[in-house]
Amino acid sequence: MSEYIIKNGHVFDPVQGIKGDKSDVAIKDGKIVKDTEVSSKAKVIDAKGKTVMAGAVEVHAHIAGPKVNMGRIYRPEDKLFTYTPKKGNLRMGGGFSIPTTFKTGYEYAKMGYTTCMEAAMPPLFSRHTHEEMRDTPIIDEGAYPVFGNNWFVMEYLKNNEIENTAAYCAWLLRATKGYAIKLVNPGGTEAWGWGLNCLTIHDPVPYFDITPAQIIKGLIDANERLGLPHSIHIHPNSLGTPGNYTITLDTLKLAEGVKAKNKFGREQVMHLTHTQFHSYGGENWGNFESKAKEVMDYVNKNKNITIDTGNVTLDETTTMTADGPFEHHLTELNHLKWANIDVELETGSGLVPYIYSPNISVCAIQWSIGLELALMAKDPMRCFITTDHPNAGPFIRYPRIMKWLMSDKARQDQLKAFKNSDKVIAASTLASLDKEMSLYEIAMMTRAGPAKSLGLSNMYGGLKPGMDADVVVYDLNPDKIGDPEEIEKAFSLASHVFKTGVEVVKNGEVVNNGNKRTLWVNAKVQENAQVMRDINEKFLKYYSVKQANYESLGHHFVPNPYAIEVDAT
Amino acid sequence: MKSVTLNLKQQPDLFLEVECLTPDTFAGKKLAEIEKLPVYQGKEDKTLGEYFSVAGESGATAADTQIVVNGDCSKVKYIGAKMTAGEVIVNSTTDMYTGAWMKGGRIVVNGDVHSFCGLGMEGGEFIIEGNAGNFLGASYRGDWRGMQGGLIRVKGNVGSDIGSFMRGGEMIIGGNADIHIATHAEGGRIVIKGNVNRRIGGQMVKGEVIVFGTVNVMMPGFKYVRDVELNVDGTTAQFNEFIGDLGERHPKRKGETVYGKLFLRK
Amino acid sequence: MTKSMTDVICPFCGTLCDDLEISLSDDGKKILDVYNACAIGAEKFLHSQAKDRITRPRLQQADGTWKEISYDEAAEYAAQMLSKAKKPIMYGWSSTNCEAQSVGHEIAEMVGACVDNTAAVCHGTTLIAVQDIGLPSCTLGEIKNRADRVIFWGCNPAHAHPRHMSRYSWVPRGFFTGKGHKSRKLVVVDPRVTDTAKLADIHLQIEQGRDYELLNALRVALNEEWLPDTVAGIPKEKIREVAEVLKSGRFGIIFFGMGVTQTLSKNHNIDEAIALTKHLNEFTKYSIMPMRGHYNVTGSGEVLAWQFGFPYSVDLTRGFARYNPGDTSTIDLLSRGEADAVFVIASDPGAHFPISCVRQISKLPSVCIDPHMTPTAGVCKLHVPVAFVGVETGGNAYRMDNVPIDMRKVVDAPEGMLTDEEFLTKIRDRVKKLKGAA
Repeated sequence: MSEYIIKNGHVFDPVQGIKGDKSDVAIKDGKIVKDTEVSSKAKVIDAKGKTVMAGAVEVHAHIAGPKVNMGRIYRPEDKLFTYTPKKGNLRMGGGFSIPTTFKTGYEYAKMGYTTCMEAAMPPLFSRHTHEEMRDTPIIDEGAYPVFGNNWFVMEYLKNNEIENTAAYCAWLLRATKGYAIKLVNPGGTEAWGWGLNCLTIHDPVPYFDITPAQIIKGLIDANERLGLPHSIHIHPNSLGTPGNYTITLDTLKLAEGVKAKNKFGREQVMHLTHTQFHSYGGENWGNFESKAKEVMDYVNKNKNITIDTGNVTLDETTTMTADGPFEHHLTELNHLKWANIDVELETGSGLVPYIYSPNISVCAIQWSIGLELALMAKDPMRCFITTDHPNAGPFIRYPRIMKWLMSDKARQDQLKAFKNSDKVIAASTLASLDKEMSLYEIAMMTRAGPAKSLGLSNMYGGLKPGMDADVVVYDLNPDKIGDPEEIEKAFSLASHVFKTGVEVVKNGEVVNNGNKRTLWVNAKVQENAQVMRDINEKFLKYYSVKQANYESLGHHFVPNPYAIEVDAT
Repeated sequence: MKSVTLNLKQQPDLFLEVECLTPDTFAGKKLAEIEKLPVYQGKEDKTLGEYFSVAGESGATAADTQIVVNGDCSKVKYIGAKMTAGEVIVNSTTDMYTGAWMKGGRIVVNGDVHSFCGLGMEGGEFIIEGNAGNFLGASYRGDWRGMQGGLIRVKGNVGSDIGSFMRGGEMIIGGNADIHIATHAEGGRIVIKGNVNRRIGGQMVKGEVIVFGTVNVMMPGFKYVRDVELNVDGTTAQFNEFIGDLGERHPKRKGETVYGKLFLRK
Repeated sequence: MTKSMTDVICPFCGTLCDDLEISLSDDGKKILDVYNACAIGAEKFLHSQAKDRITRPRLQQADGTWKEISYDEAAEYAAQMLSKAKKPIMYGWSSTNCEAQSVGHEIAEMVGACVDNTAAVCHGTTLIAVQDIGLPSCTLGEIKNRADRVIFWGCNPAHAHPRHMSRYSWVPRGFFTGKGHKSRKLVVVDPRVTDTAKLADIHLQIEQGRDYELLNALRVALNEEWLPDTVAGIPKEKIREVAEVLKSGRFGIIFFGMGVTQTLSKNHNIDEAIALTKHLNEFTKYSIMPMRGHYNVTGSGEVLAWQFGFPYSVDLTRGFARYNPGDTSTIDLLSRGEADAVFVIASDPGAHFPISCVRQISKLPSVCIDPHMTPTAGVCKLHVPVAFVGVETGGNAYRMDNVPIDMRKVVDAPEGMLTDEEFLTKIRDRVKKLKGAA
């Protein structure tokens, strides 16, 4: 494999504590090595006056699977006039809020993202999710199967059977080649099977005689019993509802006193996702306001929690979530086309296009909340930038969010540009936050932090010798940032991107389809005859497919797997 | 206003796509540059000059540019698509997407147009001296924003699915229409001087449809409310007024429910 | 003692039953019998065993006779044809696996083809409606476990999807539906008294071609608004009664078929049916699902969508993807004379397209890839027989509810025969060389 040495760049690496010092980064055989370990044949990349970081790690995006593809199928207008023609060995790609798989891989790579997690995989559709990931070039990917409305989980946890829950989770992760335990509106999506919902963590799930609180607590315990690389990853009840911050705090408190148990260096036991959608005050959309401070005060104090932001980007986009009842609620509000996919015994999902208009106060306040969360985070290693792609906006807007976080002027300009500027400013504290994030903090929020939260800090998120050679050079001189637009421009099109030692982007253009891997977690537990009998019975009686036809087998679904072994026997 | 004249000199084997044929693209260009503009036949890249002889002079801006097209353009797509100003006069029948996504200016087609013409139109004036095909002034697939502004006037008959998802603007049809008029409309006005086959205003939320002739089958979701006298395009007449689609949701304004309106000449 | 294979997937219709048992000869080379399948599905397996099967590609000669050629020669012919054409059509894809579709799309991208599947003559109109208004739907297991209102509109599963009602929709006992069909009210809307209609609790014998009006009237009834005395031949009292029956269920499902997708108004019928489903969700829980035909037409739409962004009728001629049925759809391309070569795989347009289009195919350079000698193969210049997917090779397929199921290989194909995927790979590699040389 090729050798490279990236010379004289300003390196930002939270793993080694390098804060913009001039340093060289050497690459050999797909790994970062000491600069003395490459030969004289190593290709030299001159990074003088440029920013060097590890490849960024996406902790939460909807980029593969049935609901993402439903979005593509039912939004031809999202592709209109967006297509980039085919070039060389690259595949053609199109779409704005729901790009094709090829475009997804290329666009992430161009911004310097080299690892991405698909945020919600319905287990019954795992083959579909894997087929799409296989066709998403360059980036390493994993997918989180959803567990929060799963009949097995609810039946075990009703009786507090943690060991059986853990054994089932391990079985499902293996069958679906999944990465982590995801919960979406726990209990609420099962209730949606009857057109109902669970709005608080104490609303009982119809028929199953269990509350969301019990499901969440039980899955935290099962996750720690297994010692999985990631913690539970939760989208709580009552997403997107005025006043929901109390439900968010109730949810977070369920993690109180629980310590992380794993061999991957992960410290949190709960990851709260797209926090922006869960930090709302007010009683209705008329007196809607930010409660980012209340949520962040709690998060800052409790070190066993990580979060991501879910920043609104002020675009026309496509919302999609396993929170079926929420999407129905949304289509009743905006009357745009609604798709829904309920999945037997497991989960559901819905989609509705949405326009975050700068002329609508609620959208502008949502924009403010997302930025407040990030700016209020005391520990950027526990707060990550996302747009919950494509829900709050498409992932291609990350560079714009970085600009907003790094420049008070850019934020103030946008606040003033809103149609109802005064109302928007009054509804959050954003206008008074003059903090400007540093490139080091950006590296924590987009690289080292998410990698650690995912239990992958030995591979990703840093530039320490021995780690994967995912390296990015941005044409941004940290000593000379003038116009905030320079930040957005530099982060949009990286000068160089290396993915596991292969140069995949050069001068903002994709030059190589890379060597993509699929990450999954193989957790071994003691044989559990009870759980295997239960699985067998559910397939015989209630599933519409045979158990023998359920598993995603490696041969064509996961052609280049990277299994993370967990021994929980 | 300066004028460029195009004469079709060679028929394409298949069909020709000419997105460049707008005052916006021609403006400020010399004839030699206009001749080199790209056109496509399937995957073949060709130039405008290979199919048309080009004469005259273009204006400095789109608004100051007129394009006159002669010769049989019945296999030419995208004439005047996305134009924002100026004028295009086609002395022929044209194919699909004529005047699609038009934002301003004026197109006159002295012949028929095929389907998907005036798609998603936002402004300007589009005159069709002959007949029009299906999806006139409709939305692109999946878009909930159909015709939003401007005027489409057709002397002859139109096909089906005209004004789907219409949100604004006006369409005046001199002849007859087939099925599906103003389906899903949320605004705008369609006038049909002739007869309509059926399915007017299905799933209509807001907007107006006025029919001078007969309707074969009415939608069950439309209810007669009263008789009114209207002056429509210079003609004053008595109409039966219907509201609908009563199966659909309807917004409220100042406490009053807003319906789609259908006027049938008595 | 014969061998047997269980949990085999049936490559016939969109129901994609995955519980077949197949008994094989001792050497595992011959299929002896098929259990659990419907008559059509069983025949699909048994037919592959025919002794007179065509096993090599053949070129049609000027006098109508066929000349046998090698797979390499056939790949060369197809690659040349596709590369030379200005606007080739690559149509079909619905009766092959997703792996073959993927390779086909790579070819299409390189040669700038219009890629289309059989939705064009089937549920393409459904996809247009879904793009206009959305689709509240669910997996078939949800229906088995929850549904207490089942509506078949313009479809006849008793004949077209023979095991649908017993496996998923009417008969089975599920988690909340312990009494099977006794837990469900069955409503059938059809102008004919079909075998499905005979089972119904309510059969609305609608006037032909008035589906859009009746669907609209049901929505008017849900809004408790004024109705004319009869709509589509159904008295308004009956319409209000049926609206109540639908509303009073806890979980309802509307299945629909070609009786509404390919009759007057096409996509608008589905649009209004989806609007009715959405409307019913204001009162209770409802889903709607198309009864997809070919076993993997759904998969073709999925793969096209994630690779190009559109589910059928995708025009790649200019190096980027465009979609607009009516313009980019195969029947329109053929009938308008917009295409100059035709490549057909895993479908039979010769039997299903209007005669003017079939004539057009016969006039153009054309290739047909199909295990059978079909009407399409008969009018094409080159016929390439291949292994039966789902019998002689596995691969992924998508059920009508979009659930992916990995098919199984049961027996080997006859000696020397290629699969769709293998033959397409040959064409792809040849096209790559031709492009490289150009």
